[in-house]
Amino acid sequence: MVKRTETRRGAVLSVLLAVFIGISVSAQQPQPQPQPQPAPPAATDEFVPISQLPPQDQLPAAPLLISAYAFVWVALFGYLLSVGRRLTKVQGEVQRLESDIAKGTRT
Amino acid sequence: MIRIAWLVLKKDLTVEVRSLEIAYTTLFFAVSCVLFFAFALVKEGKPPEDGAAGILWIAIAFAGTLGLGRTFERERQSETLRALLMAPADRPAIYVGKLLGIIALLLAAEVLLVPLVGFLFQAPFQLHPFWLAAVLVSGTIGFAAVGTLFSAMLVRARSRDVLLPVLLYPITVPVIIAGVRATAELLKADGEMALVRFWVALLLALDVVFVTLALWTFEPLMTD
Amino acid sequence: MPLAGLNAVMFAAAPFIIARADYEATMGLVQKIFYYHMPSASMFLLSAVICGIASARFLFGGSPRQDRLAHAAAELAVLFGAITLVTGPLWARKAWGVWWAWDVRLTSSLMGWMVAWAYLLVRKYGGPGSDKLAAGLALFGMANVPFVYISVNYWRTIHPKTSVVPTLPADMGTALWFSFVCFLLLFILLLRLRVHLEEQRARLDALYLALDE
Repeated sequence: MVKRTETRRGAVLSVLLAVFIGISVSAQQPQPQPQPQPAPPAATDEFVPISQLPPQDQLPAAPLLISAYAFVWVALFGYLLSVGRRLTKVQGEVQRLESDIAKGTRT
Repeated sequence: MIRIAWLVLKKDLTVEVRSLEIAYTTLFFAVSCVLFFAFALVKEGKPPEDGAAGILWIAIAFAGTLGLGRTFERERQSETLRALLMAPADRPAIYVGKLLGIIALLLAAEVLLVPLVGFLFQAPFQLHPFWLAAVLVSGTIGFAAVGTLFSAMLVRARSRDVLLPVLLYPITVPVIIAGVRATAELLKADGEMALVRFWVALLLALDVVFVTLALWTFEPLMTD
Repeated sequence: MPLAGLNAVMFAAAPFIIARADYEATMGLVQKIFYYHMPSASMFLLSAVICGIASARFLFGGSPRQDRLAHAAAELAVLFGAITLVTGPLWARKAWGVWWAWDVRLTSSLMGWMVAWAYLLVRKYGGPGSDKLAAGLALFGMANVPFVYISVNYWRTIHPKTSVVPTLPADMGTALWFSFVCFLLLFILLLRLRVHLEEQRARLDALYLALDE
């Protein structure tokens, strides 16, 4: 019974994360065109639109964004898998021990 | 409480003075550390810019770690720490006694290291002796406060030699940063004293936080 | 179980993320990392605080439940700290031109992350009594958290100040807080799952002990 809840929970979370991935991929928008502008206010106090940056600061952003999101998913997924794996291992041992105690066969 | 701390300190000093084993080995290690840096970083007779402050504090940190390990290893071997804890003494007082011993060891190392680093890296440590002393003492107290606590905790743990730096260095990063920044500022010909005062204030605040936390947690950490 | 209910809430919340992504046309694409970076950082600090409080309660109260909670929180601190420390530089590469800068916020965050790692190392390799050792470490680590948060306001740093979040325009603000709640729910779920693992381990230990009698 407990194991079913674990797998169900894991499955729902996995679907959730898969939905997140799908949404972020489909939500990518093209970069707005840059125009040369005077120096912007400090980015530490407020966020500034990219159109106000000088052209030499333009870097392709998409690979950075995708890697960032990809890393988040991979990390969260990986962690979920790791905990799931450890949990099934421990639960397997618990069940084995409990049945052994019940049968009274363990030396 | 003070009496007990003083007794613990006197005991440590007495034992140490008999052989001076920890003192000599730690000081020698500190000196070799600095020499290593000198060989590695001095190019064509010129040391790196502002390198002296960093090297001094790294040598202090490494020598401190070694000294901490050796001091508590000695305690472990004769199970004296256990005996101390069983005595009807205030636990925090024991901590304070050991802390003062470690501070004494580190200050002795610094007395040796400062002229050595100054000489090897052409750093004018004599410019502001009072402030330099303030920086060194407050930094040492912060480092030693955390170090003594963790070393005492680790006495009965496995892999204690490796775990001490693992535990100690991340926590003492603010102390080292403040110490290095303050020392670097003091070594400049036109150093801003207000900045140095700020770093010393930060160091003192860190000292208070660390010593308070250590005193508070020493008892539960040392009980089985 | 309440967890199933929480799951459902997160699932229902997912489609609204589509709405969120629409609003970022005014900023560069890379700024969208913010919606993952900032909540991760908050979860990282939250984990560190939970670990610290649980450690204190364990040290002074001896409750094994608090110890399990502290262990779980430390692992989550490593996880969310890693996410923060990777998404940050990826954003910084475009926003600041460098992958990393040794300013206060970044340095103290990295240091806090290392403390979380050290906690896990001590638990794994410290031998008997390592639970208390790690608890002591966690307390010092928790002392670092308020420093990380306020450091950007009191030092000259390249990292945005805390004044950015309250002054966000409405659409970005909504997106951020939505993302924040998603991460918070995820954090709570993961924490409960991880504590469950610790409880199972404790049960296993108890069984082995019972067998030995």
